[in-house]
Amino acid sequence: MDVLVCLKRVPLAGGTLILTPDSRDIETKHLGFGISPHEENAVEAGVQLVEQMGGTLTLLTLGPSDAEEQLRSQLAIGATRAVLIETDGQEWDPQGTAAALVDAINAEETKFDLIIFGAESADSAGYQIHIRVAHALNRPIITNVKSMKVENGVAVCDRVVAAGREHYEVALPAIVTVRDGLNIPRYPSVPGRMQARKKPVDMKKAQPRVPKLEKVNLALAPSKAKGAEVLGNGADAVPALVEVLKKIGAF
Amino acid sequence: MILVLVDHDRGELDQLSLRALTAARTLGQDVEAIVIGKEGAALAGIVGEYGAKVLHVASHANITDYTPMASGRALKDLVEKLKPAAVLAAGSPRGNEQLAHLAAFLDLPMAAECSEITLGAPHHVLRARWAGNLIESAHVHADLLIATVLAFSTEPESVNGGAATVAEFEPALEPQDYAVKVLSRDAGESKGGVTLVDAKVIVSGGRGVGGPEGFGQIEELANLLGGTVGCSRVVTSSGWRPHAEQVGQTGTKVAPDLYIAAGISGAMQHIAGMKNSKTIVVINTDPEAPILSYADYAIIGDLHQVIPALTSAIRQAKG
Repeated sequence: MDVLVCLKRVPLAGGTLILTPDSRDIETKHLGFGISPHEENAVEAGVQLVEQMGGTLTLLTLGPSDAEEQLRSQLAIGATRAVLIETDGQEWDPQGTAAALVDAINAEETKFDLIIFGAESADSAGYQIHIRVAHALNRPIITNVKSMKVENGVAVCDRVVAAGREHYEVALPAIVTVRDGLNIPRYPSVPGRMQARKKPVDMKKAQPRVPKLEKVNLALAPSKAKGAEVLGNGADAVPALVEVLKKIGAF
Repeated sequence: MILVLVDHDRGELDQLSLRALTAARTLGQDVEAIVIGKEGAALAGIVGEYGAKVLHVASHANITDYTPMASGRALKDLVEKLKPAAVLAAGSPRGNEQLAHLAAFLDLPMAAECSEITLGAPHHVLRARWAGNLIESAHVHADLLIATVLAFSTEPESVNGGAATVAEFEPALEPQDYAVKVLSRDAGESKGGVTLVDAKVIVSGGRGVGGPEGFGQIEELANLLGGTVGCSRVVTSSGWRPHAEQVGQTGTKVAPDLYIAAGISGAMQHIAGMKNSKTIVVINTDPEAPILSYADYAIIGDLHQVIPALTSAIRQAKG
């Protein structure tokens, strides 16, 4: 079974974001980089499938050449090889990104049985690249998967919704997007890290397209920022809270 | 005309869609609605109340439950016939997904999670990024604007309109459009009763609860207030509580009347899921916890003392 996992390099922002002076990007000078939480689950799922069934796990990303760092750290988890579509460091819009991923996937000799994405990126949250890729490749897609088994060429997936669990089945080749909670991503082992240094990472170039969803700038979202009214310490403050709850009609 | 996808789950209205209808009305054009699946026709009254003149019902033998690619095809068929200026939906996982299928069918841009929309050439939107911590100002270069409306960015407002006229149509589905559909559903992890999205009161526990057994007192307080239990991501990834209870960007986004956060420090992704709650009360031992800057009221202290005291005080006050 041949699996492809798509990743995105994102800054690891803590509690507060700072913008660059031109307000076009997040200031990343003092930030580390990683991948989105859901994508760690995607890689883990791919590694498990290849462990169980044999085959290969390829990683694919579009980003600056520095994204090799994220590919190497995920190769250390157990992926076979990786492909990096190198950009000029600018952010591409969802259509341009999806088209470049599709071109790269079509250029591969391997016809992947399963392509896995994280359910959403930490930074741009566009909710569409995976669906555009599915349409372009003419493959079925199941999103927001929280549990998955592959049996006899069929992906058996559940997704969690407000009313419970929805059950889906789809014949491979297919695309799924997975959510945090699907599995517990492992840490890379020391030998895994050593091997990852030698694993192949193919560098490709792609031409940026004129964005149709064109970022003008970014601003920090206003927070309530007034801060909480502290009613007191410990159980002594409970009567004050009870008054507040009565006032807002909570009981 | 603005076309709004009104989402429903087996005939039960998605409340966020009412906000999308409300947002659509601000664009100064007639509003029409579309539902996918014939049981959606029962929503003609409520969508009319929120300003839609016509309710288009996409009806097909192979649409019997949530079938997102078929939704995209049905939207495409209707868009090509009616030529609306914009197609909107709620910025929910399902709203985003169904409109993304439409955008992929038409190879047009889509702007997800918009808090403000201005039609023009190009269209202009403000949209949420980074779990709602950043607002992107963006141009959308396309005649047809495809956008989803950020959850809780508008209050739903009725115009007391009469029922929408129902116009049923059959989309020209291809077999791949319904290759992926819900085969079955079970209550799974949810205990039934009030779901997170619908709850008026949510009592949420985080790392500070200490373990699964600590949630007994959280449940007790939630029941007493007629609410439901939520939790932070660390709680579900530690296996203390089911994923269905997770509040946040990677869980469920909520906006209840009262949100009590006990032992939750307030990671960015948790804040994104609850900051629109009307009243936020924090119980935390750390007066510097980030969640305090989003809260209305706080008690600095150990939840294991505060919550039992609060529960018994509320019982007493109720008499």
